Order: sequence, then structure tokens, then C-alpha cells
Amino acid sequence: MATSQGAALDRKKLMADPVMVTTIVVLIAFLTLFILYPLAILLVDSFYGEGTVSLDTFRRIMAMPSFLRAITNTLKVGFLVGILSAGIGLLFAYMEVYVRVGGIVGGLFKVVSMLPVVSPPFVLSLSMIMLFGKAGLITRHVLGIYDNNVYGFWGIVIVQTLTFFPVCYMMFKGLLKNIDPSLEEAARDMGASRWGVFASVTLPLLLPGIGNAFLVTFIESIADFANPMIIGGSYDTLATTIYLQITGAYDKQGAAAMAVVLLCITLLMFAVQKYYLESKTAATLTGKASRARMLIEDKSVTIPLTILCSLSALFVILMYICVPIGACFPTWGYKFTPLTFKWFGQVFSKYKGLKAFKDSFVLSLIAAPLTALLSMIISYLVVKRRFKGKGFIEAVSMLAMAVPGTVLGVGYIRGFSGGLFHTGILSGIYGSAAILIIVFVVRSLPTGTRSGISALRQIDKSIEESAYDMGAGSFHVFMTVTLPLIKDSFLSGLVTAFVRSITAISAIILLVTPQFLLITVQINEFAEKGSYSIACAFASILILITYGSVLLMELLMKFFGTSRKIVED
Amino acid sequence: MAKEKKGVRLEHISKIYKDPKTHKDFYAVHDTSLEIEPGSFVTLLGPSGCGKTTTLRMIAGFESPDEGEIYLGGEPINELTPNKRDTAMVFQSYALLPHYNIFDNVAYGLKLRKMDKETIRKKVLDILKLVGLEGMEARMTNQLSGGQQQRVALARALVLEPGVLLFDEPLSNLDAKLRVSMRTEIRRIQQEAGITAIYVTHDQSEAMALSDKIIVMEKGVVAQMGTPQEIYYHPQSEFVADFIGEANFLCGTLVSRDGDRGEMELAGGRISVEGVGTIDQGTPCSLVLRPESAVIAEEGQLPCEVTLSCFMGSYQNYEALVDGKTVKITDFNPKHKRIFEVGEKAFIRFDPNDIHVLAGVAEK
Repeated sequence: MATSQGAALDRKKLMADPVMVTTIVVLIAFLTLFILYPLAILLVDSFYGEGTVSLDTFRRIMAMPSFLRAITNTLKVGFLVGILSAGIGLLFAYMEVYVRVGGIVGGLFKVVSMLPVVSPPFVLSLSMIMLFGKAGLITRHVLGIYDNNVYGFWGIVIVQTLTFFPVCYMMFKGLLKNIDPSLEEAARDMGASRWGVFASVTLPLLLPGIGNAFLVTFIESIADFANPMIIGGSYDTLATTIYLQITGAYDKQGAAAMAVVLLCITLLMFAVQKYYLESKTAATLTGKASRARMLIEDKSVTIPLTILCSLSALFVILMYICVPIGACFPTWGYKFTPLTFKWFGQVFSKYKGLKAFKDSFVLSLIAAPLTALLSMIISYLVVKRRFKGKGFIEAVSMLAMAVPGTVLGVGYIRGFSGGLFHTGILSGIYGSAAILIIVFVVRSLPTGTRSGISALRQIDKSIEESAYDMGAGSFHVFMTVTLPLIKDSFLSGLVTAFVRSITAISAIILLVTPQFLLITVQINEFAEKGSYSIACAFASILILITYGSVLLMELLMKFFGTSRKIVED
Repeated sequence: MAKEKKGVRLEHISKIYKDPKTHKDFYAVHDTSLEIEPGSFVTLLGPSGCGKTTTLRMIAGFESPDEGEIYLGGEPINELTPNKRDTAMVFQSYALLPHYNIFDNVAYGLKLRKMDKETIRKKVLDILKLVGLEGMEARMTNQLSGGQQQRVALARALVLEPGVLLFDEPLSNLDAKLRVSMRTEIRRIQQEAGITAIYVTHDQSEAMALSDKIIVMEKGVVAQMGTPQEIYYHPQSEFVADFIGEANFLCGTLVSRDGDRGEMELAGGRISVEGVGTIDQGTPCSLVLRPESAVIAEEGQLPCEVTLSCFMGSYQNYEALVDGKTVKITDFNPKHKRIFEVGEKAFIRFDPNDIHVLAGVAEK
């Protein structure tokens, strides 16, 4: 049968739309150049040396005991963090959806889910050291333990778990809300005990979701750079080993090969999570709950759960509060009174704080709208349009989600430091502000795209078709119809991109040149040196900035974001 | 009102889709040729999946035909994008722009045509008056009822004075009463505007009430095209007869013919029929009997046994067995008639003018 005419006509219609064609071409070029190419160059680098293709580099790194140890370390941490985060996340979510959570406890939950979003990635490591380290507030001054060692395996595990479990909590909350209460009521009605219902109905329904949460956390954990860097001590993970291989041993080829290994692990996990578990989760939990759930009021269930969750929540909050407080103590660990702002003063007077904040702020401020717009355009193309190359755009922008920052960083070094394919073309962007902005964009793109896609899927296709039908070109349709309808998603994408950019470290630390001072890099440096008070002062101001921007977003949404209401109507 | 009424011509149009489950190609529309007169109201009627919406979307430009050419006002339009075609569509879901008020929704297309503000304002207000939404231009779309949203969608399409107005099941989201009044309204507005309209629906009464011409589609091909009367009284296939209105099919053999008249052997007897057309003598054929064109009586052409007798107010609803086959009869205004009870032996009586004969044996 001749489908060729239809395809040819579709192509002609597309070509009649120059804005659209240009957008697609530019987009594909951007994704290829800044996501695919850096990864490809890593592969080339690690297989191709001195004119021949060989496995020498891999043999070399595999022979390093430190590298092999890093692999097992990373997997061990990732595994445990994945399990713990999924478990605690499930507990919190179950508590919120099934048990009445009122007043203060509900507030605690909200704060806990919010904190990891607005705080830089290594804040918990800082406070862990300050609270439980050798000179820790709790270990030394409360418990009188003088030689507690927080550095290493358990330090990383605890800190990462506390960082990542809120993500699991939010995932489970969504899933549990989608379970139709009548399923559980039916089981209860047939004689199952409360625990029996949980074990025979709720848990099996959640199983793919639990696997999903575990893998998402696992990927986050093994990609995490900042926490192992600060609290890992001599316990190296893949991300830190790769970093040290570049900055310490100047072995770029070895680092490239290591990055390939790390990338393979995350890609494998990502593939399982994306193509196997995600579809299963959707298959078991499709419908919306038919009506409100009867909350558990049995005191033998509610009291222990409330106590457990509240204590954990309080602990997490304590960890975060420790940072601004720590910045106000005259000398952490030795002198606690009187509270002082001298460290904040020093940030600006002695340590070029103003420049650091300005650089971070400006770069993130440029990256955020670019990211938000780009992810909305990608979502629009993926959801609403048909064209060749759509699959490519979707796949590559999702791929970026599975690429650890460190891997991307090494890829950029190898890919751009000598220009494209080491030919000198485009070498100018290496070390410039442009490459930092591009890294920010690429790192935040997948989150923005995902939220854009789900927002757009809720909008009836014929709304855009009607505008198109009335004579608007696709650019006009996008600007006057699509974008206004996903304003909320755009706005939150904007702020998320900003927050992610200003708190980013893993890729950026490999690419930043002395010409730019970035807050996160500064914090990392001071934490490494043991200047915790200065690190805390930097981090506190950073949290203020990010929290402020999230508040601003909520405010803006309240006044300008009407799109959610429209979509629901 | 329209700048120029345009006709639409489809020449051997086909559209091929891939079945999502079997991954096999199939024809959603197959080798369809149509000619739609300028200024006429034409309905594409058929069950879901018959290709009517696909045909409409090909005319609008959202889908590209895999074979054939579409002409609008004599010009081939295959290569034009929807925004360049002189068509305007009224969508099933209305598809109003939810972030605009009524005025801006209606003005959207006019603004794109670079008209000055005053002209736009005048045109929008005029058209809102025509569809009965005077004074409501500042309302947001979510403050409107379904019927009002429908009117906005119609106004928004009409105001562009398109060569052809396209309707994609526009009334299917409204309740039954509103549907009836809206279709009268649509017909009135189309007549007043004197615009060519192509209307997709699966509701036969809508098609009857609205159309100059009905095109019945089945499995991607045109089953029959004609005025509502032609389609109803002279269905050319069992599918059309069954889809438009209700019909009983009784199988028999044409035993003799004399021009358009003939005799048919049926249920052990012979009955005279009209409109046998080109059916050959001695071949099997089906008698198409509309439930309302026959009555149950003490004497008539076909002996039967009543199996259901139910008072429905305006009519008595019967089912009767004829030669082992159930036949539905609706006897209108039964107040002063003899009512037959279940189990009674009786006859089905009809006027030979009211029946229709199809070649071949019906499956039903």
C-alpha cells in the first residue's frame, strides 16, 4: 500500500513551516553536540589510543585496585541507600495517605519534602560532620564521645538516604493515592487483618513502584558526587574517583574510561527503570481512587507510626537547621556563644563572596529561562507533533537524565578542551561562561521536559488544532496557546532549573575555571579544608536564595498561574 | 456572508493507518471520491471507525491523504497546511482557547488576518449576535454551558467566512434536548450564512435534520450518497437500510417481474412488491420493511405470530414471528385500534409502495 504520498505530504507541510524546521534542526544539533557528542567522545577516548583501537585503557583501569574498590563501594552504597530511601519514603507516604496526619506532623512532612529541593546537595554532609563528627555537637558535647568517625561508608549512606528519601516519599504518595480504597475494603470485608490487607493488597500493587523508587534512588546515589566528596573520607566512590583521576592524576584517558563504566551502570539501571518498571507501575495503578479513603484511626497503628515519622522528620529538619546555626557560632565545636555574624561578614570581606554569589546567580539566571523554554519546546514537539527525528529528540533528552554529572563533566573536558574532535573548532567555549550555562541547561533539561510532557498530555489536542485551523502558524500557536496553557509547568520549570543550576556541583566542578567563582564550588572547597563555619555561611545564604525563589514561584503561580484551573475545568 | 462558497472534491482519496496491535497497515479511508456542491450541507454519516472523521481531517489538512487529491473550490490543496486552507472547523470538544474570553476566542483568527481593530470588533459582535450570544463577549469560556461553548466554537469558525465549514461531531457532548435545538440552530445559521458545510456524525437523526445530502460511510468506503429521502426510502445496501432508521429484512426469491413491479416468494406465500430495480427473476432477494410502514392486522400479506406487544404511548410496539424470523412493527396512534396480544396469530399488512427490495440474502 502506498503510504508514501501521505508521508511526502506531511514532509512538505512541515517544510512549509520554516520556524518549525529551524527549531527542530537547532534542537537536534544542540542535543547532539552537548549530550551525545561528549558521551561519544568518552567512548572514543577510552577505546582509541595512539592510533589503534584497543582495550588497553580499560585493562589499565581495571588493574587499579582503587578503581575496583570504587566500583564495589559505589554499588554497595547505592544498594543500601536505595533500600533505605524506598523504605522510609514508603513509611512516610503510607503515614500521610492512610493515617490521619494533622497539624504539626503534617507541617513537618511538608518541610521534609521541600528541604532537599531547595538545599544544595551537600548540606547534609556538612551538618552530619558538625553534629556527629569528632568535634560534633551531639557526639562530643552531648554524648561525650571523642573519637566518632562519621567519614566513610555509613556517613555516605546516612547522608544520601536523608537526601533522597523525600523523593521516594513523593513518588509513593502519588501511587498510594491512586489505589482505589474499595480494593482494600473488599479484602478487609473478606476477613483480612489490617496487616493482611497491607501485605496482600497494598504491597503487591506497589511492588513495581517500589522497584521504581529503589532504582531512581540507586541512580541518584551512584551519580552523587558532592556527599561522597565531603563525607566519604578515604572511602571513594566512582564519581569521586573519576574526579580525582582528572584533578589529581591528570589521567584524562583513564578518567574517560572510568566515566564509561559509571555511565554503563546508570544507563542499565535507567533502562530497567524506564522501560520495564515504569510501564508496570502504570499498568497496576491506573484508575483514580473512586472516593475518599477511610483513614486508619486505630491507636495501636497511628501512635507508633506518628512517633516514628515525626522523630525522623525532626531529625532531618535538625540536620538542615544545623547549617545556618553553625554559621552563627563563633567557633564550631569549641565556642558556641555569643552568636555572631562574623562568618557571614568574612564570606563577603575575605572570601570574595559577592563575586561568587554574583557569578552563580547570573549564570543560573541565564540558564533557567533557556532550560525552561527548551524543555517546553521539546515537550511540545514530543507530545503534539509528528515528524522524523522526534524519537531522537525524546530519547536523547531523557538519556540526559541517566548521565551522572561527573560523566558529563569529563565528556565536556574531553570533547571541548581541544575543540570538536580535538580539531580546535569551537575550542573557544571551553572555559567560558557559555559552557557553564550549557552544562546547567543540559543537567536540568530532563526534569523540565518530564514535567512539560505530563502537563501537555493533559491538554486536549484539538485546542491547538483549532488555533492552527483558524490560520495561526505553529510558532504563533505555541506562543499564544500552548505556552499560556502550561504556564504553571513553565514557571516551575524555570524555578527548578534555577535552583538546580545554582546548587549544581558534580559536572561544574570539573569545568569551572578560576575566572568564575561558584558558590557550590566554594562551599566544597571550605568543607574540604575543614572551614565549616565559612562553608555553612555560604550554604545558608544559598539556601536563602533558593528558598526565596521557590516562594516567589508559588506567589507568581497564585497570581498569574491560571492554567491548572483551566485544565481541570 | 461568505466571501465565496466553495465546493469540495475528493478524488480517489485513501488514508492508511497502522493497526497499533497487529502492526499491519489498513485503509481507514479507501478510494473515496466525493463531490460536494458549493453552499450545500453535506453529512458524513457512519458508525465509529468508518473513516468519516479521517476524511474530514484530511479536508482540514490535519491528516495527509496517502492516495488521491483533494480540491477546494477547484484548487488542489493537498500540500497546504491547515492554517493555509480556506476551511474552518468546529471541534467535538469545542476546543475553545481556555485562557481567552469569548471575544478573544472569536477574534483569534481575525487578528491573524491583520484586520484593523474596529473591523474585528464589528465582525465579532455581529457573529455573536447571529449565534445568540449577544452581550456575553467578556465571559471566560469556563463560565459557559456546553451549548454556549458550542455556539462560541461555531461563531469562531463562521467569523472567518471560510469557503467550507467543517463540523466534527459537534453536538455529541450535549444532552439530548439541547442536541435537537442546536441542530436546528446550526441549519438556520448555515442557511443564513449561505456557507458550504461538511458535517460528521454517527447520529442518523442529526444527519436527516441537517443535510441536503447524506454520505453514508462503511469501513472506509462510501456506502451510499443521496438526499435524506433517497437514503431512507431507497437504501442500496443492507448496511445503509439498517444504519438509517430501523429495518426488518425478510429473505425470499423474486419469482416474477414486470418492469419495476414483481412478485416475491416469501414465508410460504407470494407477495407483490415494487421497486425491484435490476434484480433478476429467480434470484434470492431481501424485503426491507420499516417497522413504521407496516401494521399487525387480521388480514394482510404475511402470516405471523405476535411475540411482544407493548404500549409505548405514541405507538404500540410489536414483535412478531414470520417464518421463524422476528419482525419489529411500530403501530402509531394505537388508541382506537385493536391491540393484538402475545401468542395471537395475525397478519402483517403493508402497502407495496412502502417497501424496498434488495438483491441478495440479508444476513440479519
